[in-house]
Amino acid sequence: MSEASTGTSASSRLGENQAAGALRTIRRGLALSPEIKDGLALTLVIALVATAGRVIVPIAVQQTVDRGLNAPGGADLAYVRWMCLVAGIGILVTVAAAYHMNRRLFRATEAGLATLRIKGFRHVHDLSVLTQNTERRGALVARVTTDVDTISQFLQFGGIFLLVNIGQLMIATVIMSIYSWQLTLLVWATFLPFFIALRWFQRWLSRAFMAVRQRVGVMLGAISESVVGAQAVRAYAIEARTQQRIDDAVEQHRRAAVRAQRLAAATFSTGEVVAGLANAAVVVVGVYLGIAGDVTLGQLLAFIFLVTLFVAPVQVGTEVLSEAQNAIAGWRRVLEVLDTPADVADPGDAGVVLPQGPVDVRFENVSYAYPDGPVVLDEVNVDIPARTRVAVVGETGSGKTTFAKLLTRLMDPKTGRVLLDGVDLREVRFDSLRRRMVMVPQEGFLFDDTLAANLRFGRPEATDDDIRRALDELGLSDWVESLPDGLDSPVGQRGESLSAGERQLVALARAYLADPDLLVLDEATSAVDPATEVRLARALEGVSRGRTSVTIAHRLSTAEAADEVFVFDSGRLVERGPHAKLVDAGGVYSKLHAAWITQSR
Amino acid sequence: MDRRPERRATLGEGLRVLGKAIRGEPVILGIAIAGSALYGLMTVLAAEVIGRVTDEAIVPAFRAGETTAGTMWVAALAIVGTAVFKAAGIVIRRFFAGLGQYRLNATYRRRVTRQYMRLPLSWHHRHPAGNLLSNANADVESMFWPIAPLPFALGVIVMLFFALGSMFLVDPWLALVGVMVFPAILVINFVYQRRLSPLATRAQALRADLSGVAHESFEGAALVKAMGREADETERFRRVAYHLRDANTGVGRIRGAFDPVLEALPNAGILIVLLIGSTRIANGSLEPGELVQVAYLFTITAFPIRAIGFVLGELPRAVVGWRRVSAVLEATGELPHGDRPLPATGDAARLGVHGVSFTYESDSAVAADASDRAVGGSVHGLRSEIVPPDRPVTSGAAVLDQLDLEIEPGRTVAVVGQTGAGKSTLASLLIRLMDPVSGEIRLDGSDLRQLRRGEVAESAALVFQQPFIFEDSIRENVTLGRDVPDDDVWAALELAQGDDFVRDNPEGLDAPVGERGSMLSGGQRQRLALARALVRRPRLLVLDDATSAVDPEVERRILAGLRDAALPSTVVVVAYRRATITLADEVLYLEDGRISARGDHDELMRTSPGYRQLITAYERDAQERAGAGADGAGDDPGGRRGRAQDADTESGGS
Repeated sequence: MSEASTGTSASSRLGENQAAGALRTIRRGLALSPEIKDGLALTLVIALVATAGRVIVPIAVQQTVDRGLNAPGGADLAYVRWMCLVAGIGILVTVAAAYHMNRRLFRATEAGLATLRIKGFRHVHDLSVLTQNTERRGALVARVTTDVDTISQFLQFGGIFLLVNIGQLMIATVIMSIYSWQLTLLVWATFLPFFIALRWFQRWLSRAFMAVRQRVGVMLGAISESVVGAQAVRAYAIEARTQQRIDDAVEQHRRAAVRAQRLAAATFSTGEVVAGLANAAVVVVGVYLGIAGDVTLGQLLAFIFLVTLFVAPVQVGTEVLSEAQNAIAGWRRVLEVLDTPADVADPGDAGVVLPQGPVDVRFENVSYAYPDGPVVLDEVNVDIPARTRVAVVGETGSGKTTFAKLLTRLMDPKTGRVLLDGVDLREVRFDSLRRRMVMVPQEGFLFDDTLAANLRFGRPEATDDDIRRALDELGLSDWVESLPDGLDSPVGQRGESLSAGERQLVALARAYLADPDLLVLDEATSAVDPATEVRLARALEGVSRGRTSVTIAHRLSTAEAADEVFVFDSGRLVERGPHAKLVDAGGVYSKLHAAWITQSR
Repeated sequence: MDRRPERRATLGEGLRVLGKAIRGEPVILGIAIAGSALYGLMTVLAAEVIGRVTDEAIVPAFRAGETTAGTMWVAALAIVGTAVFKAAGIVIRRFFAGLGQYRLNATYRRRVTRQYMRLPLSWHHRHPAGNLLSNANADVESMFWPIAPLPFALGVIVMLFFALGSMFLVDPWLALVGVMVFPAILVINFVYQRRLSPLATRAQALRADLSGVAHESFEGAALVKAMGREADETERFRRVAYHLRDANTGVGRIRGAFDPVLEALPNAGILIVLLIGSTRIANGSLEPGELVQVAYLFTITAFPIRAIGFVLGELPRAVVGWRRVSAVLEATGELPHGDRPLPATGDAARLGVHGVSFTYESDSAVAADASDRAVGGSVHGLRSEIVPPDRPVTSGAAVLDQLDLEIEPGRTVAVVGQTGAGKSTLASLLIRLMDPVSGEIRLDGSDLRQLRRGEVAESAALVFQQPFIFEDSIRENVTLGRDVPDDDVWAALELAQGDDFVRDNPEGLDAPVGERGSMLSGGQRQRLALARALVRRPRLLVLDDATSAVDPEVERRILAGLRDAALPSTVVVVAYRRATITLADEVLYLEDGRISARGDHDELMRTSPGYRQLITAYERDAQERAGAGADGAGDDPGGRRGRAQDADTESGGS
């Protein structure tokens, strides 16, 4: 279920090139990984030499029998010796060629695919928050990991197998037709139905393996609930129910895997039967042809060896075809990500670099609506002068978070523009923009690293002394000291070794250390105790430093302290002004504030 | 990511893993091995048939210039017959080997996940979710990966004996070539796999690293964007991607060197056979058909022999998988349960906390605990040997310190304290998500540790600030599999103020909520979790800042509802909002892991300076700002003022 739904959401959100043919996908894929094409021609020539080596033995058998043992003047052993020497050299050449083919192939494909991964990774980060929310994160991770692995697996194993075996079949056919066109036709007539049947086998198999993969997804989902939701499972003592779900998923996966295995075993063994049929036919027809003088004994015996060259392609063919299909699908998925334009694009070198210093912001006729969704922000016109502290308030869904996302350019407005120091945000270079403004979201994300490393994220060059000073200024030193390893304490995955409030402390300290000119706080202290919150808010304002701050909060204490309050209601900016003026005006803010007062005092 | 250098896997360990697998599914794997032996026998027989057909049908026909249909029928049937039996051997071997492999996978997945259920939360905290997922999935899989080629390899050994035997029967000199070539293939294969496996293991580990970097980076995408760190993150990813590229290229080099040699060896063998054989035929001591037979034997056995290498090559990975799996299977520390029931009344519970202390293990202690154990000893009888969880490794500061507390049935108690004061830890201890390091917690007079399994959850419920939502329907998320009538579900949702958003959805209670509740807002998730607790009519309800993402107005309605519903419940609520606190009969002020003050709100406002500081922070801030504004002292640095106030708080608290 998860795979299917991801697939459809991906196609609706990302690009529309589902219909792109396999060839187009490969061509575009190669263009994005130019290293694969480097020296490809030479690699193919070497591959041809390596493949040609596979017919040495059948030829040697034929030569030994016909021109050595059955030589007109009695057995010619000297000829056999010379022939074996030449064949031996041929084998050595084959070995050398195969070595270089493999080495070159691995080097080129790995280099090309590493480039593809890195391009894909960067592009995911360039895509706006909007796209990332639609696509599941796990699916995006797969684009730069397993999807690329599938391509590499195919190029290095299946793809080369396909290439070498097609070459092998062709060369074997040429040698066979030199010996006897009748027997060649016979061998092909025996194998052809099975080459055609391969498509069917492959379709059955890929359906069976698709089912297995879906079952793996369901199973992982069930197991992950027991691991990620370990706390909830214990709190409600639903171990038995959770285990039952896992057991069911494990059992269904096992059944699907066994079903696929049954199919694979059946198709894999057909190659042997067909080879047996081909050999029997060659012997019978070959004997009659021999009696008629059309083939020599050596040639007939060589055929028996040549037929073995047909077995492997039949046996492994089904698996390789499935692999090819998967690889192209994987390639297409990676390309889809790369072909999705970043809707919040960095103007790059053409962009404006703004000097540091007090910053002002202006919203001009800004509206925003999610694709196919209602308008969530409607014609907002507002100024935020430098050095002011603005509080943004409103009920859930009033548009205040959208306002913050547009202000920090996590999204671009549908109409209108947002100006930073008079410059449209879309024209400001990302690196300059991010140095000047930082947004602290409600759920501060922490990396699985030490506390110090997380604090340094916004300013990598900060020294330990810088960090300590910042913590001192925020009044958080005592808290850090109370942790088992102080600044070196690991915070765990997503910071889960800390409580929600502590994670917010870290996120705030991180922003404080980054020291931006404009600080945007989106309910960034919702889980912190009031005394700490007030202390942090004051430290962060950094009024004397000339910082501008915009705070989104449902704790209205922030609004009381702000220079100006923006009140949003159903996507519109309905009131603005200092707290003292709005609180008695009898509008939306009055009501919000009255509710807040009964809550908090 | 924990990636200590892995101890090298020995052959002995690998064979033990194989032995474990065979003991796990002896019948099924036995059939697979028998099928493989049939295949091996038939492979040798096929060469024998080709040789006999050459000598007795082909060569005479070429000499005599005639043949009989009968001879041809026999030849054809012999060739096709051996092929059919050989194919049958393949089908049996592949199918039963697969069956055995998947059954073993399923068995061990069930065992590993049972451990996940059984082991305490502290164990889960020490092991990243990603690792645990791969223990149950990839590690189990790699542990039994060699099971697929194992019957093949064993069948090949049978085949080799037959092959050498048949060669000796044909001609001892030609057999000598086999005696040299076959072992050479085995030895080279062995060296090949030994060389390859560390590189392949490293590539595997790097793949996991790469996925870890991408996963974390995308999860923190908003932060990366907000801080403008895209380029640095790409650099971090690039480093791992390049390591992976180099590792894979190294794999390619090894493969490139060994694969062609292994392929060429039997061919070289055939050339030597032709060389020696032709001399012996010229002597009259060998028939052409016999030469063909031996040469053909080399051709068709060359590939199967490599199956032995496949098994050996997979062994190191299997051993690593087994080590990780057995670390889970051998982990101890299940919370022990007693056999006491609680009184089956619907009345509110009495709660007693006596001398409770708690300390989280520091990271260094964790690392020591997680270090590798020797493979081999199996401890499945966990129930008999119970080790106390969270052994007091007291290198971290105490989170809770000698806490004493008695809560009468039906009381509502608010727990207030600074961020990091130990409130959430206390909440977790109350419903026994963890056990205290010392002291005891009593519910209706019974130590939680003496109660039957599931008894605590039957009577007490904890609602977290960030609740876990299952990927399921609204109804299932509320009932969690209990048989609860829809009316009760609606009633619980109404009480949690969550009925509106459910009613707005056309699918109502059947509406899916998405992975981890992704289709709901933070406030909706909290209300759903609250309904989940309320539907169980808990006698002890613990709310850990459980309404923080809910609008103040909605929260007020929830609290009023809880009060009016007159739930027969003792309520412990962790909160900052004064409205929540004033609803409580009693307030505990927690400071540095101790109860610094206790009483009703007004009392604490008078007696506890720390509490007063915390609760009145907003008002004081507003007043100070108003005062500062009146003075016109806009340039008074806020930072200094903040610090002065901070010092004030501390002196008041101690």
